[in-house]
Amino acid sequence: MSAVIAPDKAPSRANVMPDTPGWARWANDHRKWLFAAPAMAFVAALIIFPLGWTIYLSLTDSSGSVRAESEFIGFRNYIDVLTDTDRFWPAVGRTAAFTGVALLFEVVLGMAIALLLWRPFKGEKWVRVAILLPLVATPVAVGMMWRLIFDPNIGLANQALGWIGIGPQPWLAGQHTALPTTIFIDIWQWTPMVVLILLAGLTSLSEEPQEAAMIDGASPWQRFRHVTLPLLMPTVIVAVLLRGIDALKTFDILYATKGRGGGSFNEVETLNVYAYGLSFDYNEYGLSSTVLILFFLIIIGSMWALTSRRKKEARR
Amino acid sequence: MTLSACGGGGDSGASDTVRVTLVNHVWTENIRKVIPQFEQETGLKVEVTQLGEDQLSDQYNVKLNAGSRDIDVMMYRPLQEGRLFAENGYLADLTDKAEGSADFDFADFQETPVGATSHEDKLVGVPIITEQQVLYYRKDLLEKSGFTAPPATLDELKAQATKIQADNPGVAGFVARTGKAAAVTQFSSFLYSFGGDFVDASGKAAVNTPAAKQAYAFYGGLLRENGPANVSTDMSWSEAMAIFTQGQAAFYPEANSLYKNATDPAKSKVSETVGFAPMPAGPAGSKPYNIPSWGLAVNESSENQDNAWKFIEWAAGKAQTLEQQKAGVPGARTSVWENPEGISTYPADMADAITVSLANGVGHDRPVVERVAQAREIVGQPIVDAITGGDAAASAETANEAFQKFLDDEAR
Repeated sequence: MSAVIAPDKAPSRANVMPDTPGWARWANDHRKWLFAAPAMAFVAALIIFPLGWTIYLSLTDSSGSVRAESEFIGFRNYIDVLTDTDRFWPAVGRTAAFTGVALLFEVVLGMAIALLLWRPFKGEKWVRVAILLPLVATPVAVGMMWRLIFDPNIGLANQALGWIGIGPQPWLAGQHTALPTTIFIDIWQWTPMVVLILLAGLTSLSEEPQEAAMIDGASPWQRFRHVTLPLLMPTVIVAVLLRGIDALKTFDILYATKGRGGGSFNEVETLNVYAYGLSFDYNEYGLSSTVLILFFLIIIGSMWALTSRRKKEARR
Repeated sequence: MTLSACGGGGDSGASDTVRVTLVNHVWTENIRKVIPQFEQETGLKVEVTQLGEDQLSDQYNVKLNAGSRDIDVMMYRPLQEGRLFAENGYLADLTDKAEGSADFDFADFQETPVGATSHEDKLVGVPIITEQQVLYYRKDLLEKSGFTAPPATLDELKAQATKIQADNPGVAGFVARTGKAAAVTQFSSFLYSFGGDFVDASGKAAVNTPAAKQAYAFYGGLLRENGPANVSTDMSWSEAMAIFTQGQAAFYPEANSLYKNATDPAKSKVSETVGFAPMPAGPAGSKPYNIPSWGLAVNESSENQDNAWKFIEWAAGKAQTLEQQKAGVPGARTSVWENPEGISTYPADMADAITVSLANGVGHDRPVVERVAQAREIVGQPIVDAITGGDAAASAETANEAFQKFLDDEAR
């Protein structure tokens, strides 16, 4: 730590201005910390305290009421949760499936759309606005809208299928179709964000490598594969990082479409939905905190994996 | 009485503003219209927060847990969260206040609802809305298929639903709640009518008895074979009611307190042709539930408890209860049920159905435990398994095991 601060401290202002009072000198020497203090207090109050409290709760058998007496039980909750193949591990699986599939489609689709929008064309502005529309809607409203569209009996989706001669599908109502349907809704809503990020990355790329490749006679695919994509990689990783964390903790779309517990068979119950149910339906605050801490670790872990890859990319 | 209110009683933090949290319900709509009268009479100001059922429940979980003082009066579900709240000391003891008020006439309340709002011999809430299960049906469809009367037994219900479905393509014979937890309350009347209950006389889990297995298979079978196409397993009353009021189903078992949704032409396409019948009889007779669905309580952490009680005294008083019942919300006061005016506005067949329910009704419509939400999910699993064509009997065995474990766990 001191090694980092040392260069800053070395040309101490005290030598430059010998007449300044002691406190001012101290403040001057520590100004980095002084300026950061309000922000650090803010972080402590709003992030570290809740996190610490959650960790504490996860080590107790707190249930019924947070104010009720609870017993410190060490890691028993963690053992219970990690050996729970009924709700916890399926929820982990669904969280991974939801995030993985949604992310894959969003990045591939997002890349395709961004490439289409890259070069100027007529009516470009209108197309961009239309593509960004899903992004500005509230996820809960989006969930409710799709729930109506996907209603198996009176919804628009099945009527539309009827026009082209396909039988009605259960969509959100089906035990095995619900999760894919919610993934579709997530893709619908969040692909525009990926488009936005990638488009920003594309427009900031310099033209020379493209021109050089063109002169060398590279095909459009070759240019994309060997010039555009490598140059764009840092931006792609930013998009994957932002969207990935967001998708991992999706709650509103799932809650608005399938309600508490993710449906009668817990068919869309991800970690977030499970933790919510544990605290708000079962009043199991200890267990819920445990799930949230594990979830937190999963998010930190995936973030770390992605950022270390990003650093590797940057070094190349 | 009128002026003493301004003094704020003996509470140290008393305020002239009573903060009341209410759920989206016909009762709430009705009471909000007359709150200005109460404010004028007492000089108090009433601040209403109105929320949906799930949001209300979440809000209580957060605020009561934190010992929040900004709720004085709370509308709550005695059978759903009453025991949990009372165990945690969230609800103020209203016994003395209720018994001490001559105008309030506490003895006028029906015994079963009061039982549900009491905890360890203390009154912790006042029941304001009661519910009984009745059968909603379509008179025109019955007539078209040649039936002269609604089904008196569950076998007849199945037969009529099947015939009507065959006669009217696109119309389901039967619709009901299908969500794992949501369906439990409506299913309970079927369970009782087959002779079962969630817990037996000795307090043991009883959802694997032959009666319970039959009830699960029957309820699930009706929905699978006679329900709407592609039936979802997430339906609560609003989805099921929508299918019924869109004219897409012949029979629908539901709480009577929701009947205005079916008879109001603005909300229902079948308002002209809807009829009401008592719960059809099973092997054990017709045994619908008869429960208090909502009550009013005072937040133990509130510093404004005296004024909070004044609001309850008025809102659950004789005059308001009569007005509410005339507007379609069944109350818990004997005097109002005995008063011909009290049921004058009900459809005649609805009033008859309620009379049957009041006579044979069972006082709970879900397991009577502390963690109700969890218990409902356990005992509701065989319902959805039966709907989706699974083995209801096997599922009932699994559920029973889990439910017994749950009961043991809660008894500790």
